[in-house]
Amino acid sequence: MVSPLFALAQGGGQAAAEAGHYEPFLPGLVVLLPLLGFVLNGILALRHGRASADAVRRGEELDLGDPSSRPSTHTLPTWIGPGVMAAAFLITLVNFVRMYGAHLEEPVIVHYWTWIATGTFTVDAALQLDQLSMIMMMIITGVGFLIHVFSVGYMKEDPGYPRYFAYLNLFVFFMLVLVMGSSYALMFVGWEGVGLCSYLLIGYWFSDREKSDAGKKAFIVNRIGDVGFLVAMFLLFRAFGSVDFVPVFAEAETLAYAGGLVTAITLFFFVGAIGKSAQIPLYVWLPDAMAGPTPVSALIHAATMVTAGVYLVARSSALFALAPLSSAVVAGIGVLTALFAATIALKQNDIKKVLAYSTVSQLGYMFVGVGVGAYAAGVFHLMTHAFFKALLFLGSGAVIHAMHEAYHSTHSHEDAQDMRNMGGLKAFMPITWVTMWIATLAIAGIWPFAGFFSKDEIIWYTAAFGGAENAPYPALYTVYWIIALAAAMLTAFYMTRMMVMTFHGENRTGAEESKALHEAPAVMWVPLAVLAVLSVFGGWINVPEELQASWVGLFGVLPTSEWLHHWLEPITAQAHHIQEVNLGALSYSSPFGGGEVLWATISTVAAGIVVFASIRFVGGQKVVPVAQDESEPSGFAKVLANKYYVDEFYDRFVVQPILAASRFCWKIIDARIIDGAVNLVGMVSKGVGWGVSMFQTGTINTYAFILTVGVLAILGAALL
Amino acid sequence: MVTEALVLSAILFVIGTFGVLIRRNAIIMFLCIELQLNAVNLSFVAFSRMFGIEGQLFVFFVMTVAAAEAAVGLAIIISIFRHYETVNVDSFNLLKW
Repeated sequence: MVSPLFALAQGGGQAAAEAGHYEPFLPGLVVLLPLLGFVLNGILALRHGRASADAVRRGEELDLGDPSSRPSTHTLPTWIGPGVMAAAFLITLVNFVRMYGAHLEEPVIVHYWTWIATGTFTVDAALQLDQLSMIMMMIITGVGFLIHVFSVGYMKEDPGYPRYFAYLNLFVFFMLVLVMGSSYALMFVGWEGVGLCSYLLIGYWFSDREKSDAGKKAFIVNRIGDVGFLVAMFLLFRAFGSVDFVPVFAEAETLAYAGGLVTAITLFFFVGAIGKSAQIPLYVWLPDAMAGPTPVSALIHAATMVTAGVYLVARSSALFALAPLSSAVVAGIGVLTALFAATIALKQNDIKKVLAYSTVSQLGYMFVGVGVGAYAAGVFHLMTHAFFKALLFLGSGAVIHAMHEAYHSTHSHEDAQDMRNMGGLKAFMPITWVTMWIATLAIAGIWPFAGFFSKDEIIWYTAAFGGAENAPYPALYTVYWIIALAAAMLTAFYMTRMMVMTFHGENRTGAEESKALHEAPAVMWVPLAVLAVLSVFGGWINVPEELQASWVGLFGVLPTSEWLHHWLEPITAQAHHIQEVNLGALSYSSPFGGGEVLWATISTVAAGIVVFASIRFVGGQKVVPVAQDESEPSGFAKVLANKYYVDEFYDRFVVQPILAASRFCWKIIDARIIDGAVNLVGMVSKGVGWGVSMFQTGTINTYAFILTVGVLAILGAALL
Repeated sequence: MVTEALVLSAILFVIGTFGVLIRRNAIIMFLCIELQLNAVNLSFVAFSRMFGIEGQLFVFFVMTVAAAEAAVGLAIIISIFRHYETVNVDSFNLLKW
């Protein structure tokens, strides 16, 4: 195994395609560096674990609060963890710049070795470098690096610090395999790997039963989706004899348009995407996943892993474009999830739960985008969402960090994540306050922040797709469009509510506790600031041409219109071609008339009104700290606060029946029937043995008599 | 001639068998076993008239084994007698489950 690894480290694979003049720069190292970080941090974690166990045995405790007395196993990960990410990001950046200048038409495959070869089926360990994987690599290593840096501040006093960075590095490794693999099989390796890391990091504080249960829940729910991914891969192999991206897409159009096979393949892929990207009905694991450390929520459960499903659909755009039914299902599930999760977020009091449901909702938008054939728009929203949602989560992490220390200072056991205990935090943490407002305005879809451009584009394409000449289900897309707009308004409301409850009004933390509230240290607020800048400007790379000349594009001042669309053109061209042949031209107008500029204006003005109205509305509400809060929500608010009782429903109709069936198999089938049969055989042998042993009297005459009778019987039988 | 010898052999064997079954004295039982063996020897010798020398050959084997058996068996019986001061087989029945 030395040679392939060496080849990987050297980046010495041979480029299969020479298109453009793009020469990959050490692409293998991008993948390998986080793996190296995992190995190093993992070794440190093992040593660290032993050292702290020894200390406990001596009756001491490792003092992690004082920087000077921290052991080297605790200080080294600070450099290794973010260090490998910085290096990976720089290499990615070099590759990005090279690809940017190359105008690549075909993906570049960097081949290392043959991984599986059985009969006609081969899977290579090869990386695919194209515009889509490059965007994903930039997000993963870039945002990932910032979150690693933030983690240094957030986790510095955690006894499992090196283990944390080991898991985090391993996650990035698998995530990069997921997006850079050149085949569905390799993608599946990453797909499963990120699931594993997600499980490990959700249950990071595994001594807490609730948290380790949340990890298990995420793992099990994801398995349901993974079955779909596997079945889809089997079908792909049946159809094309390969699961590599290049040959599959090259032959994709040999499948009948809207045929059964391509519909089945895409629907099964989407089942996988539903699990990984937390869509209805498998979204339930994501809110529970908030049990993990907050930077983990930012990296895995907001910016990268949960968007893998969107990446999958965007990557398979040629297949999804061939299956209008599947695409309609994708967009339908997406838009329903967007609305459903947004309504739940209205009534949550845990700051991370609000953000979790908001993530589910935004992922729904991305699926609407890729479901209506706007693959670039879906990826665009994926990117901007990675910026502002990572910022929101890291910001909430800073808030929780401060709240935790405040309660720690008085040894209070109040909930550091409940917004009812916050309020007025802007006085204590101004940087967090400003950056989180930027992210909130971005997610609410306020011009000119990043989220406005990406979300608006998705909503716009929903209408445009429904108005196409031969749109498969035109009325359906009008419904989607209306729901998407409604959910956008809800987004603006619940995010503003979160901000007002957290940062505005009177402080409710407690008089004694509030003295310990403080702004996050630089290692935490600098990543916030960087992400805030990206949340402002990130949307400007993809200003639609129609809007660029209007006020939305500052009358042409905003740069390069539709840059991301053009950048992703080589990936999406095939899907757009299929769409154009079969559906005709898109309408580029809303179902109710009016051009793009008008509706962009309407949506941002409406979102702005909602934000201002909800500042006044929520600000006017009296919020009491958890300890004194005895109000019970009633009516529909109660249903929302309890998340539509979906968890209860699943528990009643899925978990309990399975448990009952398992208990039946255990108590009845296993303990009674199977064990019973085994015991019966034993009992029979024992009984027969006991009965026969009665002949063993110990008296010689008995034996002699039996012997004689026996011989006579045999002789008699022989004679007869 | 052979028939008579075989009839005698059968009578001896049956006497031996009944002796083993009925008597309780270990020495007598032992003697009866010897009687059975020698009944068999008699039929071997008788048959050797019809089928050749092998029958007589077997007799020697049987006598050798019987001698060895007598040596071991008598030793056991003496040992039992020393322990129980009796050779009545009804009074020792420890060899069971």
